[in-house]
Amino acid sequence: MISLDVNGKSVQIDADPEMPLLWALRDLLNMTGTKFGCGMALCGACTVHIDGQPTRACQTPVSTAVDRKITTIEGLTGPVAAAVQGAWQKLDVVQCGYCQSGQIMSAVALLTENKKPTDSDIDAAMEGNICRCGTYQRIRAAIHDAAKQLA
Amino acid sequence: MTRSTDTRASTSAASEFDATRRAFLAGAVATGTLVVAGLSASTGDAMAIGPGAFPAGAAQPHAFVRIGTDNVVTVLIKHLDKGQGVTTGLTAIVADELDADWGQMRAAFAPADHRLYANAAFGPMQGTGGSNATANSWDQLRKAGAAAKQMLMEAAAERWNVRLGDVRVERGVVISGDKRATFGELAASAAIRPVPANPKLKDAKDYIYIGREGAVTRLDSRAKSTGTATYGLDIRRPGMLTAVVAHSPKFGGRVKSFDATEAKKVRDVVDIVRIPTGVAVLAKNTWAAMKGREALKVTWDFAVAETRSSDAIMAEFKRQATRPGLQAASKGDATSVLRGVVKKVEAEFEFPYLAHAAMEPLNGVIERRSDGSMEAWAGFQFQTIEQATIAAICGVPAERVTLNTLFAGGSFGRRATPTADYVAEMAHIVKAIDFKAPVHLVWTREDDMTGGMYRPMVYHRVTAGLDPSGKIAAWQHRVVGKSIFIGSPMETMLALNGIDPTSVEGVSDTAYSIPNLDVQLHNGREGVSVLWWRSVGHTHTAQVMECVVDELAAAAGKDPVAFRLEHLTGAPREAAVLKLAAEKAGWGTPLPAGRGRGVAVHESFNTFVAMVAEVTVSADKVKIDRIVAAVDCGVAITPDVIRAQVEGAVGFALSSVLRNSITLRDGEVQETNFDSFEPTRMPEMPKVEVHIIPSSEPPTGIGEPGVPVVGPSITNAIAAATGKRLRSLPLNLKGLTGA
Repeated sequence: MISLDVNGKSVQIDADPEMPLLWALRDLLNMTGTKFGCGMALCGACTVHIDGQPTRACQTPVSTAVDRKITTIEGLTGPVAAAVQGAWQKLDVVQCGYCQSGQIMSAVALLTENKKPTDSDIDAAMEGNICRCGTYQRIRAAIHDAAKQLA
Repeated sequence: MTRSTDTRASTSAASEFDATRRAFLAGAVATGTLVVAGLSASTGDAMAIGPGAFPAGAAQPHAFVRIGTDNVVTVLIKHLDKGQGVTTGLTAIVADELDADWGQMRAAFAPADHRLYANAAFGPMQGTGGSNATANSWDQLRKAGAAAKQMLMEAAAERWNVRLGDVRVERGVVISGDKRATFGELAASAAIRPVPANPKLKDAKDYIYIGREGAVTRLDSRAKSTGTATYGLDIRRPGMLTAVVAHSPKFGGRVKSFDATEAKKVRDVVDIVRIPTGVAVLAKNTWAAMKGREALKVTWDFAVAETRSSDAIMAEFKRQATRPGLQAASKGDATSVLRGVVKKVEAEFEFPYLAHAAMEPLNGVIERRSDGSMEAWAGFQFQTIEQATIAAICGVPAERVTLNTLFAGGSFGRRATPTADYVAEMAHIVKAIDFKAPVHLVWTREDDMTGGMYRPMVYHRVTAGLDPSGKIAAWQHRVVGKSIFIGSPMETMLALNGIDPTSVEGVSDTAYSIPNLDVQLHNGREGVSVLWWRSVGHTHTAQVMECVVDELAAAAGKDPVAFRLEHLTGAPREAAVLKLAAEKAGWGTPLPAGRGRGVAVHESFNTFVAMVAEVTVSADKVKIDRIVAAVDCGVAITPDVIRAQVEGAVGFALSSVLRNSITLRDGEVQETNFDSFEPTRMPEMPKVEVHIIPSSEPPTGIGEPGVPVVGPSITNAIAAATGKRLRSLPLNLKGLTGA
């Protein structure tokens, strides 16, 4: 059994230690908010926070996540998350919505570190998250809006 | 550890988008049933309604509107929402006619039932495509909303013993004098009233949501911002096995033999079965299924497979283009006129195969219920075909196949598959294991990207000439590419004479007045499967038309906007969007060196879009600084969703303009994931402004029409910045500045 700390709770899974955290979350823990997009850390749909850092769960073997704090979209709390998710809804950012869990996890990590990101800060922090619907303009606007709310 | 959550619970996780709410307009039948279609207005009983039960064009509130005793109004959405926002738009139509409060509105995907939910443009078939979801629902849903409102008002008049003329509805409240009632309070008595045949529809001036800025917000925003929206990939059924399939690496390849010895040793792999499209590995989780597939050894038979490279197929297209083809359009005598013109443009354009590359890889869940009927979950887009496909494979009648349509994580055309390819595959797998467990078929990104159903590879050759006044005198055009329709189960929808309209749309029906026009088509015959890709034929025809027109304007020494307007005298809506985009973009104002502005205008799916791109070119790099679009899609029901679709069309199309290609080497697709087929990323996204033409014309589509003009407006802007005319897509930027 492998013990993980997910969203502040200790959970036990019976898994191949090499299984990526993404599949442990989705298939073993039934937490499906974190999405599968590419399996190669190219698209960011599977972004979670590990010890606060945005991390691609599809390339993180569960064995390397032991004894670290894992936060998924289901466990997002606090003023930064509220501001980001509020801005996303206020500006109707989403289209198909499939990438948005990952986008929001990256945006929350950005605004936690950097209270007033510039456009180039946003480019750097969000470059790894693909949105095939092309909602980037609204993602950018929502991050600025959330920063304003938090100021 | 294993998954035991009942999906019925997870499907309803999104409270704004709740398919499980109890009650209905027939509050009398608050049985918790989901079967809405077929409730008889007169008796409240659930009954099957056969074709023709509703006269054509009749109001069908019971099929589309549910009003619960809890005062929640649910609109049944017969179309797939794959991001285009159609659930919000269609709900707004009903809410407006009903004079409901937006806060009480919900949407739910309709069940698969072509008798009630056919797409009016597709005949007796339920499905979404051609950007027509709004257009084919407009009258239907206005009538349904108006009928439901009248039934509520009649119920109130009866209850209060007042004249119907003294009853009105304001934002979800039915009012007469000092009397007030909510919809929920009246639902039960309204439900049993006869459905009015011709309910009065609103005048446009009385709309409270339609076309009103800020009046509605997307119904799916909250669920999709909190990770609670349910997609096919999120479905979990008790005892479910996940299947990953080893597919042929070449199109048309077949399994000769396979050795499952090593694959069976992989932890949690349960079963390995042969199916028509390959070998399926079933496991207790996705990771195990993927590992199992890696360990599987399959020998393929490529006897009838496509084994050529895409370069060789394109070379064949070019040879075909030297010969006369099928006549797709003919006016005047282009050949002889072109012999006499002094100024002409001769151009050829190549377009590669393109993958749709939606973020959610294709997947779906299927199971056999204890009564022998079948149930499936996915982002279904051609429900009637998908239902029939499962029925045929699993050996049950179509009405014994229940489809649960879910949000799709993108489609861009890929899920609208005439062969129901991935749906058929999941049915074959569950059948191959004798229905012993629910099956979740999951395509990996590699399966999705190498699995075909691409935007066709296409070659165009054009010769166009000017008359002495600098107007277009003649245009001769040959198109070579594989037809989407020919050879598909939808071939009968094809126009006569072997011409697939989706191969030549945007050329053969050009809005430009050209006195001598000759358009010919050769159908490619390669063994690569092709499909509609967001805006279909217009993805390539707009690039050709708008680049050649731009080159002709330059040859005539005329301004590109003025030149287009000279040729759009019979096309007022094209002309109007072109003028608006030019005005908003500051057309004609000077730009610094290295920057350029380009324009394109194109109609697709009865929607008119003009776009002005501003670019900066340095070395062999292009930065798109700004995009200004003007759109005429008739009545703009939800203006912010319309803007979002055009913004998104720019983001979607940009990578196909700059770099994306699917190529084959010896029949094998070379691009397998987002590293080699990279969609647009955040830093590349230009600022996009969208201006909507006010209109009282019936609403038309907006999911696709933003795409066609992205390529040519950028290509023409690069020409303005550098003097160099690029043509083919993706643009070859190497050496653009002569370096």
